Amino acid sequence: MQPSRDTSVTHLDPSSLPTIEAIEAPPSRSPRKKGLGVGAWLSIIWVGGLALLAILAPVLPIPDPNESFPEIARQGPGNGHLLGGDAIGRDLLSRIIYGTRSSFIVGFGAVAFGLVLGGILGLITGFFRGKVDSVVTPLMNVLLAIPQFVLALSLVTVLATGEGVGSTRRLAVVVLGLGIVSIPLLGRITRANTLAWSEREFVLAARAMGAKNWRIMLREVLPNVVPAMLSIALLGVGIAIVAEGGLSLFGVGVQLPTPSWGNIIAEGRDQMRRAPHIVIFTSIVLFLTVMALNYLGDVVSRKFGVRESVL
Amino acid sequence: MTAVDGLTPPSGTPGAATLLDVRDVTTSFRTERGVATAVDGVSLTLERGRTLGIVGESGSGKSVLSRSIMGLLPAGAQRSGQVFFEGKEITGLDDSQYRELWGDEMAMIFQDPMTALNPVMKIGNQITESLRFHLDMSKSDAKDTAVALLKAVKIPSAEKRFSSYPHEMSGGMRQRVVIAVALACGPKLLFADEPTTALDVTVQAQILDLLAEQQRERYMAMILVTHDLGVVAGRADEIAVMYAGRIVEQAPTATLFRDLRMPYTEALLSAIPKLDDPSHTRLAAIGGRPPDLVNPPKGCSFSPRCPYVQPRCRDEAPPLVATEHDPQHRFACFYPIGSPETEEIRVELAAKRLMATAPRPPEAPAASPPPYVAPGEPSTDSPDPTGGH
Repeated sequence: MQPSRDTSVTHLDPSSLPTIEAIEAPPSRSPRKKGLGVGAWLSIIWVGGLALLAILAPVLPIPDPNESFPEIARQGPGNGHLLGGDAIGRDLLSRIIYGTRSSFIVGFGAVAFGLVLGGILGLITGFFRGKVDSVVTPLMNVLLAIPQFVLALSLVTVLATGEGVGSTRRLAVVVLGLGIVSIPLLGRITRANTLAWSEREFVLAARAMGAKNWRIMLREVLPNVVPAMLSIALLGVGIAIVAEGGLSLFGVGVQLPTPSWGNIIAEGRDQMRRAPHIVIFTSIVLFLTVMALNYLGDVVSRKFGVRESVL
Repeated sequence: MTAVDGLTPPSGTPGAATLLDVRDVTTSFRTERGVATAVDGVSLTLERGRTLGIVGESGSGKSVLSRSIMGLLPAGAQRSGQVFFEGKEITGLDDSQYRELWGDEMAMIFQDPMTALNPVMKIGNQITESLRFHLDMSKSDAKDTAVALLKAVKIPSAEKRFSSYPHEMSGGMRQRVVIAVALACGPKLLFADEPTTALDVTVQAQILDLLAEQQRERYMAMILVTHDLGVVAGRADEIAVMYAGRIVEQAPTATLFRDLRMPYTEALLSAIPKLDDPSHTRLAAIGGRPPDLVNPPKGCSFSPRCPYVQPRCRDEAPPLVATEHDPQHRFACFYPIGSPETEEIRVELAAKRLMATAPRPPEAPAASPPPYVAPGEPSTDSPDPTGGH
């Protein structure tokens, strides 16, 4: 049996044709889900709150982080000291809050350093390719082949140990060391994304409209690459904070008496038996912070990943 | 030069002067297997206000041709030949000299509106970018012009749409925005590289009408690149059919459809399904594939797929020659449609086709019975050509 021809296809009734508005009506709601979700907000509150506490530390009703109260040495919470005292009776809460300063400076500072330099290198190599790429990218790969922690450890050891090295200089060198280590990681991510986005037709379209190369790079490509850079940078902040702790264990982290989460844990590890709360409380703060940063990194990539696939 | 209404004042009369003169352009790419010649010795001219349709299947070099003319080739491409734009040779320009032309004098509309717009930039800003760069407009002037352009391409509530992002718009709307971007600086020559291929059939005609309207108002010359002869049929003044990097037939539109000579043009035309064909008519496809551009076949490049092929076609490449009636109608074939050799084969082929579709004699046992579809039962495996889309 032959299916009969549907005459409505060949004989269109003009009144039944949809109008331009009907065909091209924009979707009433954005296809993207609005909002970040509870987890992301909790993470933002946690990280933001810590940053706020660190900034406001001098005006908070907490004792000086270097003031010793012999009666709370190695004592757990109590006696008006919320988290107890450390090995020599300094207020642990105060040290953790002041330690947030160093840890955040190291974490965000190192990644910002790596993001700027690695980002510029990645953007240029990915966009122009050619000779620049064939010189810079192998160098980055060599840098990547060296164990990251060993590299940072040796950089800090060479540049900021010995007599007469102030704690500010030490902090700067730790930021620099971890920053240098993060350049190739962030550079590679940026380059890979730049390569992918530079192939898009709108880049050619911008070129066909007479836009200059640097303009295309900054206005067309960079905004599209930023989400990926941001996502990996947030992970990087967590890694840098933990890495500072690692450096502290080797005695080349942030210099005492300036507290950092790393050196509080490094100092407190001798007291694990008698006063485990020092390491435990600090580690919980460290753990929650790294988790929050990782989660935020995931949220960023998920959110922008969805949008890429929509387009 | 561009008023705030987004319109360039028309200058000159259509067809008065040659705007574009392309002479023997050849473009090749270095590939791993050797040099692929994507455009092979193409010459054409285009006058102000006229439309040239370039037709060919995928890989025939039509997009590369328009990019070669515009100078928008990737780094590895090699181009030879000459391109004259408004009488000046533009083949030897460097990037910064080309940039003066791009957008301002010639612009391009891309195939896929989904990727031709920057996803993270407001559409308004994508239009004002080039206005501010080429025409040194102030921010507010550029914005007014952009809104006028959005209105000109018939985007409803243009003021609001100015600050929309591409993902908030449909494909047809985005293609309108792409057109607005290309028209922004009032180019004299517009390349439309398959402007409707990625769009719904219902939107295609709207976009083509819009292009034609804008072209009329601005006296632009347009090169309309497409694989669909139907798209250019009513809209181009002249059509060039490309195959394997060469123009194989070129004629004013009416002449081409009345008196086509090249078997490839015929094959392209018969590959378009017709609404008045009976139901279940098989689609005519061109057998084989487009030739390998690294090792093109000897002789005529269409010879391996040509139904009317003769021994001479496989040895010798036919030159592009004018027909006896019309110097504007040129084709590259030794045995064009209408020649006795071709007609003989056509009769044979028609007879064969008739045999193949003739009803089977009743006494012959059916080797494979046709799938039985119970009356009233919806057929799932045989697509209904009328019900589709």
